[in-house]
Amino acid sequence: MTRTLLRIAAKLAWVAVVFFGITVISFWVIHLAPGKPTDLQTTLNPGASAVARERLEKLYGLDQPIHVQYGQWVARMARLDFGRSMSGDSRPVWDKIEERLPLTFGMNIISLILTLAVAIPIGVAAAWRQGGTFDRISTVVVFAGFAMPSFWLALLLMLLLGIVWPVLPISGLTSLGFAKLSFWGKAWDLCRHLALPVFLYTFGSLAGMSRFMRTSMLEVLRQDYILTARAKGLPARTVIFRHAMRNALLPVITILGLSVPGLIGGSVIIESIFALPGLGQLFYQAVMSRDYPLIMGSLVLGAVLTLAGNLLADAGYGLADPRIRQSGGQSAEQSVEQTGGQTGAQSGEPSGKESA
Amino acid sequence: MSAPAVRKRKPLSPPTWLERYGMLALGVLLVGGMSLAALLAPWIAPYDPNAINVDALLLTPSLAHPLGTDALGRDVFSRILFGGRVSLWVGFVAVGISTGIGLALGLISGYFGRITDEIIMRLVDVMLCFPSFFLILAVIAFLEPSLTNIMAVIGLTSWMGVARLVRAETLSLRGRDFVLAAKVAGAGPGRIIVRHILPNALAPVLVSATLGVAGAILVESSLSFLGLGVQPPDASWGNMLMDGKEVLEVAPWLSVYPGLAILFTVLGYNLLGESLRDILDPRLRR
Repeated sequence: MTRTLLRIAAKLAWVAVVFFGITVISFWVIHLAPGKPTDLQTTLNPGASAVARERLEKLYGLDQPIHVQYGQWVARMARLDFGRSMSGDSRPVWDKIEERLPLTFGMNIISLILTLAVAIPIGVAAAWRQGGTFDRISTVVVFAGFAMPSFWLALLLMLLLGIVWPVLPISGLTSLGFAKLSFWGKAWDLCRHLALPVFLYTFGSLAGMSRFMRTSMLEVLRQDYILTARAKGLPARTVIFRHAMRNALLPVITILGLSVPGLIGGSVIIESIFALPGLGQLFYQAVMSRDYPLIMGSLVLGAVLTLAGNLLADAGYGLADPRIRQSGGQSAEQSVEQTGGQTGAQSGEPSGKESA
Repeated sequence: MSAPAVRKRKPLSPPTWLERYGMLALGVLLVGGMSLAALLAPWIAPYDPNAINVDALLLTPSLAHPLGTDALGRDVFSRILFGGRVSLWVGFVAVGISTGIGLALGLISGYFGRITDEIIMRLVDVMLCFPSFFLILAVIAFLEPSLTNIMAVIGLTSWMGVARLVRAETLSLRGRDFVLAAKVAGAGPGRIIVRHILPNALAPVLVSATLGVAGAILVESSLSFLGLGVQPPDASWGNMLMDGKEVLEVAPWLSVYPGLAILFTVLGYNLLGESLRDILDPRLRR
């Protein structure tokens, strides 16, 4: 019991360190870059004098040394105050983020469910008959999926389903007469607008997830207990669903936690293509206008989500696998590396291999 | 070179054999073909990639312009060839940077262990938790998008995998007899790391570098697609697609061919990387 508590404490300490590291690196990188947000506001306006610029810098606290600025920022963060946006409307950063959360979140969660619903059966089927026809076809599709840039697929689908054969709207969240529609009319309209983006999100993670499931399943199928189960004459269905799949699903929990940064990055591209008012688009605008507080707010939110994903994955892994709960030996992340966590080039992380 | 195979492997059946080397062959073909086309671009491109021609705006593909022309009358085929140089260059330099950092940190971390290892691995954790595409976007937007900045930023945000890989390899190598022998013979840590451990840890790095090129090319084209990568008038596959999006309805070919180039190139490096993995490390066959 004490061991479990110790492990939780260590984990939380780790999260705190990582969080601190992320904010420090983000803050420094953003503030040390040449050029200031006030440049944009003053150079665009020839009437603005050097005095006006200084006054603006003072207003935003940009005249202070960077560690002081960081200190002030942390102090504000501690009170959950994200500051105000530097753009024209000067609204609180959190308000701007909050109104866009539901869309980005909603799309990601729906696509996550779809991804799992499709990728797990594909991975299991491919692994069950390794080298078989289905395995080979799915391997080809997976490789194509890895190499397919999501924005290109988006363009192709817009071309096909929006222009050549116009069945779906290709931009925005709602149609023109949205306000006048009935409830079901509104729901249907939203669905039609979100169909392509959600499909693209799903496609983006499908290749990696099904490949990962296949690897994990193959690993499990090599175990002695599977041989035992088959030797005693259990039907294939029982072996797959009761003995193999449940164990093969464990590492998937972890990969879900680790996939958060990729999803966040992907939303920038997809939301900008389809002109969807989500977090990705907000971040893109913030970056373009050098809105420091908004950029920092988004980065912090991204980091919090990533760390939360990580923690949830760890907790989920512990709950699902009694071996972890009892021995407390290895973290979920390590076991992913041992399975040869293969998510391909798209995630930017080559698969790990722990031979020590 | 590497540890003896732990698991007994089934003998290869002919279709598996074909599949394995088919992958390698296709990878070599795609990578070789795309590289050759990019390297020879100045000689095989029929037009100057940046030459604006107001008499040839948005022409459909024809004999004179095999892949058509864009909204400024520039030849798409020539621009794809020159865009390939950008992708190739970004891919190699970015991976060079990330592999260099990853190798150095991984070797140091694995060899010295203790507090050094702890610090470096925590740094890896921090970097892995970054929503790195956000950070890349922010940095590029602040530093002015230029090829050098793009390569540097991609390289600096993608070394963690290599570092982990090399660390694990170093950990298993540092206790081996030949390393102990070198130590007994009086070799210092620098010599042991460079002469004895590094050469034996290179195989997995080669695989991850090959896959890394594919990743870097994808990131570069995404950035260029968002207008934060290679700046006009220079061609890159990503910014060609960005231009294509504007005229999707009237000139769909502008949105098709550059994407195909990305697809083939990335597919090539992925196939090559996966086959190298199979060849270099039989333990990982699956």
